[in-house]
Amino acid sequence: VRARLLLVAGLALLVAADLALPRLLNPYYLTILTRIGVAVLAAASLQLVNGFTGQFSIGHAGFMAVGAYVSAALSVYAGADWLAGLSGALPAPLARGLYFPLPLLAGGAAAALAGFVVGIPALRLRGDYLAIATLGFGEIIRIAILNVDSVGGARGFSLASPSQPGLDLRYEGLGAIYAVVALSVGVIARLVYATGGLAFRAVREDEIAAEAVGVATTRVKVEAFVVSSFFAGVAGALFAHSEGYVHTNSFSFIRSFEVVVFVVLGGLGSISGAILAATVLTAAPELLRGLGEWRMILYSLLLIVTMLLRPQGLLGQRELVPSWLRRAAREPHGAP
Amino acid sequence: VENFLQQLLNGVTWGGIYALIALGYTMVYGVLKLINFAHGEVYMVGAMTGFYVAHALGFASQPSLAGLFVTLAAAMLACAALGALIERVAYRPLRLRGAGRLAPLITAIGVSLLLQNAGQLVFGADPKFFPSIIESRELLRVGSIALSNVQVVVLVTALALMAGLEFVVMRTRFGRAMRAVSFDAPAAALMGVPVDRVVLGTFVLGSALAAAAGILVGLSNPKIDPLMGVMPGIKAFVAAVLGGIGNIPGAMVGGLLLGVVETLVSGYLSSTYRDAIAFLVLIAILLYRPTGLFGTPQTEKV
Repeated sequence: VRARLLLVAGLALLVAADLALPRLLNPYYLTILTRIGVAVLAAASLQLVNGFTGQFSIGHAGFMAVGAYVSAALSVYAGADWLAGLSGALPAPLARGLYFPLPLLAGGAAAALAGFVVGIPALRLRGDYLAIATLGFGEIIRIAILNVDSVGGARGFSLASPSQPGLDLRYEGLGAIYAVVALSVGVIARLVYATGGLAFRAVREDEIAAEAVGVATTRVKVEAFVVSSFFAGVAGALFAHSEGYVHTNSFSFIRSFEVVVFVVLGGLGSISGAILAATVLTAAPELLRGLGEWRMILYSLLLIVTMLLRPQGLLGQRELVPSWLRRAAREPHGAP
Repeated sequence: VENFLQQLLNGVTWGGIYALIALGYTMVYGVLKLINFAHGEVYMVGAMTGFYVAHALGFASQPSLAGLFVTLAAAMLACAALGALIERVAYRPLRLRGAGRLAPLITAIGVSLLLQNAGQLVFGADPKFFPSIIESRELLRVGSIALSNVQVVVLVTALALMAGLEFVVMRTRFGRAMRAVSFDAPAAALMGVPVDRVVLGTFVLGSALAAAAGILVGLSNPKIDPLMGVMPGIKAFVAAVLGGIGNIPGAMVGGLLLGVVETLVSGYLSSTYRDAIAFLVLIAILLYRPTGLFGTPQTEKV
């Protein structure tokens, strides 16, 4: 019962936030908050592979790109008509709210499929060879998209539908975006901290020992990779639909490195650490904007110094979770 | 066929440059098991140093081989110092604290970002044109295949540096210490090898080679800017992995192979696929030989 109450309260809060925030904050802050949400989801999803399963992937941006482009293409080539139809029958915000999850799921599913296709061969490799192979796959995905003309190629891809010219396909409701992020992070946390999640950590700690006690290591690795790619795809889809424009340059290996930095700086094996690092490091360049051209220099110094001072990451393997959430996670579905 | 040979020639030249950068990656990896992502930026600083030295000493207006030699030496020295500085500030403190292998990876990314942004601040973000320290002319022409003196200089310099490196690694005390550390660092330390000094020396050598690569790129492809190290840095790393990372001849072969394949692809298919092909080749090779062309297979022990 309590869980249901929480859910209703949460939903009400979201609607209130979606209505109130655009009036309270200027669009600049809204954009930054949205980007933080995307970064948090990207970091949490990579943490599953890099932090919990111990497989080092540095090609996360490739899966974000798949999610971003597939969801954007869906919205532009089919979704716009559906949305226009829905808006005719329902009030516009409701129609948008109903349509919005669709591209996210499509983007996530496409990225998960890509993760499966990439993961099967790549996960045979170990250590640094796996890392460089994921980097390679990420870049191949990016360049492949760059050469597809129907999604704009080198011009980038705007979320503007040819059949519904006046329709805005962006979704800027901060409340809904954060709800998606929170739900996804929750799923990842449940996955790794449930009993079954021990398998991920067993593979990380000692693959041979894990195999010996009956963990299907290859299967666990592919599973982690596919789930991680799914949420990377959702993050990409969120990015595409909040910005309204995507370009392959946003998904180069530099973006992948950025996500790896979130994960390691936050602490490998700590979801809250990854969230913390993603938030701080996405906000920092904006907060430092007053410094002009010294901004990125200070940012990189900050990164180096933090890593030198806390080699194990900000939180190490610990989690920073309020106790009520911890309890809720342990007793799902309002158990007595 | 003639076009093919011409492309092959261009590819080998470009591959020599990749190989020089790849050597720095592979040597550092050999001794520290660290992917030094700041290496591409060292190469950029090398090209930039060359630009300023050549202008300051007047080689830009009076091309000569001696000028090239001086520029090369100056850039190599500057980058050797930079490499040593990076090692001391960003990697050694972590090593002494016994941090894992991932923390230095992040500081490497941090140093790389720092150098890119500092480069934009110091050198300016706009591309510069590297002075032609040696006059470009055609040396040889067979049918339609042209061999320019710049290509010869690039190839000869790259080969000479690689031969020099081979000598240092195989024939000197320092080289022997380096091989010992890369084989088993704790055991080498027990045998009295000064591991920290060897690591420092490795960074110095690798960074000097990257600087040379920067100058050679400046000669054959004169547009230079503070972000020029990003793509070649990653490609050279791919080259090092192709050959089997940690393996010096592997890096040379990997670099040459990558240069040739990339040039052929952009010549015959399309230059938009050029960046993808490096990674495709890499993945294809890794699937058949999971530790690269010359890598020793890792056996897992319980």
